[in-house]
Amino acid sequence: MHRKSLSRVAINAPYTVWMAIFVLVPIALVVYYAFTDAAGRFTLQNVASIVDYSHTFFTSLELALISTAICLVLAYPLAYAISRMHVKRQSTMIMLVMLPMWMNFLIRTYAWMTILEGNGLINRAVRALGGEGFHMINTNGAVVLGMVYNFLPYMILPIYTVLTKIEQSTIEAAQDLGANRVNIFRRVLLPMSVPGVISGITMVFVPAVSTFVISKLLGGGKTFLIGDIIENYFLGNTGTVDYNIGAALSLVLMILILISMAIMNHFDKDASAGGIM
Amino acid sequence: MKALSKVYNFLIFAFLYAPILVMIVYSFNADKSRTQFGGFSLRWYTELFHDQVILKSLYISLALALLSALIATIIGTIASVGIHAMRGAPRRAYLAVNNIPVTNPDIVTAISMMILFVFFVTKLNGMEMGFGTLLISHITFNIPYVVLSVLPKLRGLNSNIYEAAQDLGCPPVPAFLKVVIPQISQGIVTGFIMAFTLSLDDFVISYFNSGSTAQTLPVTIYSMTKRPYSPKINALSTLLFLAVMALLLIVNFRRSGDQKKEVHS
Repeated sequence: MHRKSLSRVAINAPYTVWMAIFVLVPIALVVYYAFTDAAGRFTLQNVASIVDYSHTFFTSLELALISTAICLVLAYPLAYAISRMHVKRQSTMIMLVMLPMWMNFLIRTYAWMTILEGNGLINRAVRALGGEGFHMINTNGAVVLGMVYNFLPYMILPIYTVLTKIEQSTIEAAQDLGANRVNIFRRVLLPMSVPGVISGITMVFVPAVSTFVISKLLGGGKTFLIGDIIENYFLGNTGTVDYNIGAALSLVLMILILISMAIMNHFDKDASAGGIM
Repeated sequence: MKALSKVYNFLIFAFLYAPILVMIVYSFNADKSRTQFGGFSLRWYTELFHDQVILKSLYISLALALLSALIATIIGTIASVGIHAMRGAPRRAYLAVNNIPVTNPDIVTAISMMILFVFFVTKLNGMEMGFGTLLISHITFNIPYVVLSVLPKLRGLNSNIYEAAQDLGCPPVPAFLKVVIPQISQGIVTGFIMAFTLSLDDFVISYFNSGSTAQTLPVTIYSMTKRPYSPKINALSTLLFLAVMALLLIVNFRRSGDQKKEVHS
């Protein structure tokens, strides 16, 4: 018995030590920096300075929520259509959904610059047809487009996974009992696909709310997101380096995401307790 | 309705692939213009293969992905065995810590490790930011994914076989290597591949933890996007796209072979 527990400690040692030093200590350091000043004295100033950035937090939340909503609306019909296809065709379609995901997101975002810019492909096409051309790049709209484009597959895949588990006979049974399309969607498909929708929302919302690359490339420095501010405070590309405020902002971002995930999980429990069974 | 659905699917896929198509077309552009197409040329591919910065960062990315995936797979697999044997609160605590790098936004993971490294550089005057810090940070975000892919395989394992091997006189470590590892090899391979691709694809964590001596390919690409436009990026992206497509096709063919065997299990 004693030997067994000893070997158990030995088995866990590398992982325990690694995760403690490189996951837990860094998080503790973020908290420490957030509540101290440059000299290491305790202060609430950093956390309080978040008020100065409430506008940026609001913009980040707003753009991330809009992108998540658009992704959900775009992804659901496609995920459903794929889930009703022949099994062989399903795997081809899913591979087509995943393929762009495997490209680095920097490249995917960069590609949109060519399409959107003032002298880009869309504007050239519009002008060739005699139009005026639009201002698209360096707007909030372009940032939302970049988020939707980058994260759409993350919404399609989990929704597809739950929808594919719903048997066609379930839908037919609802039809036989007189449900129309709207009712089948509202009372059969949607409740049964809640877990997929929730993981899709999380997988889109978290990277969208914390991005700094999409806003840099497609927002052109006009759209500042919370990720941009954090990046600036740590790397100081266009301002002063201040780990303390940067850590405070990161801490708030982390808590914000934890809260939104708790809310999402709550919905998930409600749905499964709500009695599909 | 069916036709409508087909049109809709087509539009979504057009949206997903249009930018990639644009990039591929413009990688063969003879002009340096971003939008004006001046005839077919392989000029940017030639320049790409003469760009030492890009080649060096590609080499660093591959070495980093391979090393970090390998180390993470070893640590993660051993840890999975340990976590599998746990019950109750300790198990929940380990799984919660395991989930931190998975659920935290990349930027938070990145800056938390950066603080740690800077803390040690300034306070202990130890190492400098470079390949070492990159490797540590990549191993750290890879380990949880290995655990998440190995752990479910252990659940279906019959622990009696391992004990039987020991009863028959096999020492614990060889028994583990010969009995347990082959049974969970599928999860280990999946974990390794996942760790490898995550590491290769990562930008945010490398960006904060690379320093100036060792830059990964995504970090180099990012600095290229900030400089005046060069179609070299398009050429590079096209090659990466083709590589990914080839890899996915191979994996898919292999898996469709496996699926035939276990589609109803």
